Amino acid sequence: MIDRSAQLEIRRTLRGLLWVSPWIVGFLAFLALPMGLSLYYSMTDYSILERPLWVGLENYRALWDDPTFWKVMRNTVVYALLSIPLGTATALGLALLLNHDVRGIGVFRTAVFLPTFVPLVAAAMVWMWLFNGDFGLVNQGVRAALRPLGVEFRGPNWLDEAAWNMPALVIISLWMIGRAVVIYLAALQGVPRELYEAGSIDGMSPARRFWHVTAPMISPVILFNVIIAIIDAWQVFAVPYVLTRTIGGPDKAMYFYTHYLYDNAFLFGPKMGYACAMAWIQLMIILGLTAATFVVSKRYVHYAAA
Amino acid sequence: MRESKNQVVVTGWPRRRGRRVVGVLRRGGLYAALIGVSLLYALPLLWMLSTSVKPTTQTLQNPPRWLPEPVSILPRQAYDNYIGRVGPAGEVIARGVWHDPVIDFPLYLRNTLIVAALSVTGMVLSSAVVAYGFARLRWFGRGPLFVVVLATMMIPFPVLMAPLFLIFRELGWTGSLKPLWIPAWFASGFNIFLLRQFYMQIPREYDEAATIDGCGHWGIFWRIILPLSKPALAVVALFHFIFVWNDFLGPLVFLTRQEDFTLALGLQMYQSQAGNTPWNLLMAASALVIAPVLVLFFLTQRTFVRGLSAGGLKG
Repeated sequence: MIDRSAQLEIRRTLRGLLWVSPWIVGFLAFLALPMGLSLYYSMTDYSILERPLWVGLENYRALWDDPTFWKVMRNTVVYALLSIPLGTATALGLALLLNHDVRGIGVFRTAVFLPTFVPLVAAAMVWMWLFNGDFGLVNQGVRAALRPLGVEFRGPNWLDEAAWNMPALVIISLWMIGRAVVIYLAALQGVPRELYEAGSIDGMSPARRFWHVTAPMISPVILFNVIIAIIDAWQVFAVPYVLTRTIGGPDKAMYFYTHYLYDNAFLFGPKMGYACAMAWIQLMIILGLTAATFVVSKRYVHYAAA
Repeated sequence: MRESKNQVVVTGWPRRRGRRVVGVLRRGGLYAALIGVSLLYALPLLWMLSTSVKPTTQTLQNPPRWLPEPVSILPRQAYDNYIGRVGPAGEVIARGVWHDPVIDFPLYLRNTLIVAALSVTGMVLSSAVVAYGFARLRWFGRGPLFVVVLATMMIPFPVLMAPLFLIFRELGWTGSLKPLWIPAWFASGFNIFLLRQFYMQIPREYDEAATIDGCGHWGIFWRIILPLSKPALAVVALFHFIFVWNDFLGPLVFLTRQEDFTLALGLQMYQSQAGNTPWNLLMAASALVIAPVLVLFFLTQRTFVRGLSAGGLKG
């Protein structure tokens, strides 16, 4: 026989579960189930049209021998290694610049923030136009800037020459950095004023003040943004997809992990099992990188008592 | 972004005498940097607007011009590009974004609005209810389950899209808009987290007073918590609206019929395979897709910043 307090506890738990039940149902149906299915399919040969056929770890072994897999892996890693440090530096620099309390600052902040509201497809289209080798504004600007120096430089065909694809994509990613800037801006405004006053009494240079006061104080926010950037970089899809349409442009220089996964799942075959194996590898990489970032950053991130 | 009262000026100007000249120079340099950076960020969008009011023949120009030539054709050309011209029998004489026999912009707009309305409503309601369960009720297993909620934020969509497609196909949802809005009725990790943080700042005395007045939990939720959390609910609605409006991969994977396409997906149809993209129409269509989001942001930015900072996301 259950006593009254235990009965009350059970009723409370049931009530709590009832309130959160929409999330539980969604979690089971649209997250746990697909992840479980994905793990199972990743060990099968599955073309949707026929029943999945168990092949064990064959898909993972095939990926290991697949040059395209390594190509997209390499592209994605290079993109992450370029866009994350450059993006962090740019966003921090912009936030420091926009943190001045001067007249009209709202307009400047809005200008930097606006691009984040542009749908990725529209952004890709506009930049495709800007990067056009002959008529694009980027090259016209490059030419106009170099002409007074006596240099006649046509400018590269950003989207048609494999070597210039990655720089073009990184430039677009820096243009859409507004969300990180806003988060840094909020963090900068949370740094206690007294710390700077103490710093200026000591006659610190602005650079030293940044490294010794500002950076440690906002380091948890930097960590947060870097983790978001890692997760985002591994999902990069819409912009290169729209820019190239066919697989990854010249020499597959803009063929990324998610795009190859998409092609395997919905175009090639389809090779559902292969795509699911890629999905699980992607998940493991993202979780691993996030965990590693946490561990490595422990020495550098400063958590002030709230 | 609204300027907050307790703003910190990081590089204050030294107040010592004789430093005034340095101060003026610094201020000038600061403004030069601010204007330069803003122009750089605004330029692509300004160029988009500029191209959207030019005739096709002037879109490929070297050196570039900001206005059509002659300038007097601008209003007419803008009308032609954005709207298009229709003859007496309803036939399209000049192809514009709105009247276009090739790309059905009004239909894609309708689809996007249907998905946005259903999906935002579902997301706000379900997240509000679930967050109440995590913020205001005490029960066994609440803590661990909330950790799972937070962990789900880390799972990227590309990992799930292939099996989700198969599940939706099994449910018979493919070939309709359902895959894009039904899942929104089951809350999401980020929104639950945001609303829970907001609810926790509402004093518990309100709940107690309501309980004495004979309110149950549903009454407390409906009469007290919901009205007090309007700014946070607005943030959830706005974020989710922008997500739905801009989402590309979801529609690309789940929409199998062209009649169901959303704007983000329809936009890429301007990019013709043959290589003669109608740049002016494409830019006009892009401007039309961006416009509502910008207007919405300007209208709601005060509520937006309030909801975000109160939600504990600031700093």
